[in-house]
Amino acid sequence: MTSTTEQTPPLRRIARFLGDNPMIPLVVLLLVLVGLLEFMRPGIVNERWVGNTIKFAIPLAMLAACQTLTMLTGGIDLSASVAATITAFVMATQVPIVGVPLAILIGLIPAVLIGLANGFGVAVCRVHPLIMTLGTGLIGTGCLQVYQRFVIATGSVVPDGLAWLGTGRTWDAPNSLLLFVPFAALIVWGQRRTGFGRLLYALGSNEKAARISGVRSWQVFLALYVLSGLIAGVAGLLYVGLIKAPSLSLVNPLLLPSIAAAVIGGTSIFGGRGGYGGTILGALILTVLGTLLTLLQMPEGARRILFGAIILAVTTVYIRLTDQS
Amino acid sequence: MKRLIAKNGWTLGLVALLIALFIFTRLIQPGFGASGLESLSRATLPFAFATAAMAVVVIAGGIDLSVASMMAVAGVTAAVLMDGASDAMAVPLVLLVLGIGLAMGALNGALIVMTRVPDIVVTLAMLFVWEGVALLILKAPGGAAVPWVREMIVGTVLFPWLPKAFVVLVIALAVVWVPIRRSNLGLSIYAIGSDERAAYRSGIAIGRTRIAAYAICGLFAAMGGLSLTLSTGNGEPIPGPYLMASVAAVVLGGVVLGGGRGALLGPIIAVFILRLVRMDLTLLSVDPNVTTIVEGSIMVAVVMLGGILAVRAGRVKTA
Repeated sequence: MTSTTEQTPPLRRIARFLGDNPMIPLVVLLLVLVGLLEFMRPGIVNERWVGNTIKFAIPLAMLAACQTLTMLTGGIDLSASVAATITAFVMATQVPIVGVPLAILIGLIPAVLIGLANGFGVAVCRVHPLIMTLGTGLIGTGCLQVYQRFVIATGSVVPDGLAWLGTGRTWDAPNSLLLFVPFAALIVWGQRRTGFGRLLYALGSNEKAARISGVRSWQVFLALYVLSGLIAGVAGLLYVGLIKAPSLSLVNPLLLPSIAAAVIGGTSIFGGRGGYGGTILGALILTVLGTLLTLLQMPEGARRILFGAIILAVTTVYIRLTDQS
Repeated sequence: MKRLIAKNGWTLGLVALLIALFIFTRLIQPGFGASGLESLSRATLPFAFATAAMAVVVIAGGIDLSVASMMAVAGVTAAVLMDGASDAMAVPLVLLVLGIGLAMGALNGALIVMTRVPDIVVTLAMLFVWEGVALLILKAPGGAAVPWVREMIVGTVLFPWLPKAFVVLVIALAVVWVPIRRSNLGLSIYAIGSDERAAYRSGIAIGRTRIAAYAICGLFAAMGGLSLTLSTGNGEPIPGPYLMASVAAVVLGGVVLGGGRGALLGPIIAVFILRLVRMDLTLLSVDPNVTTIVEGSIMVAVVMLGGILAVRAGRVKTA
């Protein structure tokens, strides 16, 4: 880490090169981790394992999309996991009452509402996104607990279609790719090529400048957080198809890794830099790392410490890199 | 006199609100008296320390998202060490836990100063780290507290209406904060909060002051964790909702997010107000889950209001 700050030109050039192409070190890191896994448990890396890894990385990558998009503007969405959990739980408990299509629609409503509340707080009241989304997450959890008591008798059903999408595979490839590939393409295209995507980068790198150039920032923030809530909801639907057991804390364990995935993937937590491609790699890296840690029988506490340390270390390195350029 | 009122208008308003709430509580629960005060103070104690911790760093122009996690670390450490400890051992153990809190806070501050990463990101990462440390120390709620130390915050002292928990809170805050507030360090903390560049130019060691502010924050957080362990009798590795509550109390208490203004008194009154609201809802036999929603909504509304006020203040400043 210190080596990049030294004034030696070759190192600096390498640092700048890596700073401009953050995907290369990520791919190398992913391959190193897979190699390490194969070394520790020879034969573990096969088609089935690759399929499983991708299957578990996809919901994480979708949740990390919320973090990536909000981070581009210098924000964060700590309520994403709650929004996803609520959508999954409400959908599963509504299926016996109203049928699958309507249940999915009803399930997505609270996620959008959480997004609206976040957007309102961030855009109009100028509350820091971190505090705002933490608060709405708390309120959302409370609402879910109240809701649970009303539907305790109805039971819950995970629709076959979602289970097929979440866990099924066709020729060794997980079916969830059917949802994820178009989704990822849409996000990558959206952030690079659409006006909305560029506004996110503009607001993230210099909000004052963006405003002076005529960007109505509150509209962008409102739309962004609603979009983030909606994505979280869809991720929750996919995740419940994978886990098949809706609970009140279904997606919560994914919150931390989703932030870490975006940060590892090169999205700056201060806004203006990064993209979804890196986040997908980050999600894959974290899933492989998770397998590795499970193999090492590392306790939950040490995992959290590791995630925290990764976020801090990566952000520090990015700050050093951007300081030079 | 007029100037005094104008200067402390916000705090006086909070006091009035608190008194009004007490009267309201008395109306809905005529039996509310000494025992009610006692349980209110005991329930408020961890929240009050968390708020004090947050207030110090906010005054210094920062924020510490790891307050609740540090409380968890201090709480489980105390519970594990005190499990089976003799009465005499309790005093050094308490001091050790407070020392650990000071060290945790200082580490947060040092990381912020050394990495040059914004405080909000560093303390977010440290939130996860301290959470993990707490889980490593104690996987599930357990441990114990030495009985006579527990007695310190249970019951009343001197007068039947004066809860021990309240006295402990006042003494702890006074012993730590008043000397600091009067010293150079206190002045420096306010200075780096109100204008870092001006503080730097007047020769204040920014880095050292910031580390000191975070260390004090860690110390208060350790007190909060300790009081939590003492009031429940065991250690809880999963941090409670103290982060959001402390931010809300700080904002409601008149400390401006962004730093340089405010004091500890306002936030402490605010935290009592927030706890009393919760108690009233319980007395009105509102479902606890609904209470959580109402409480969360109040806190979010408070930070939103604080945000709007901050925007207004900023406009006035630039205009």
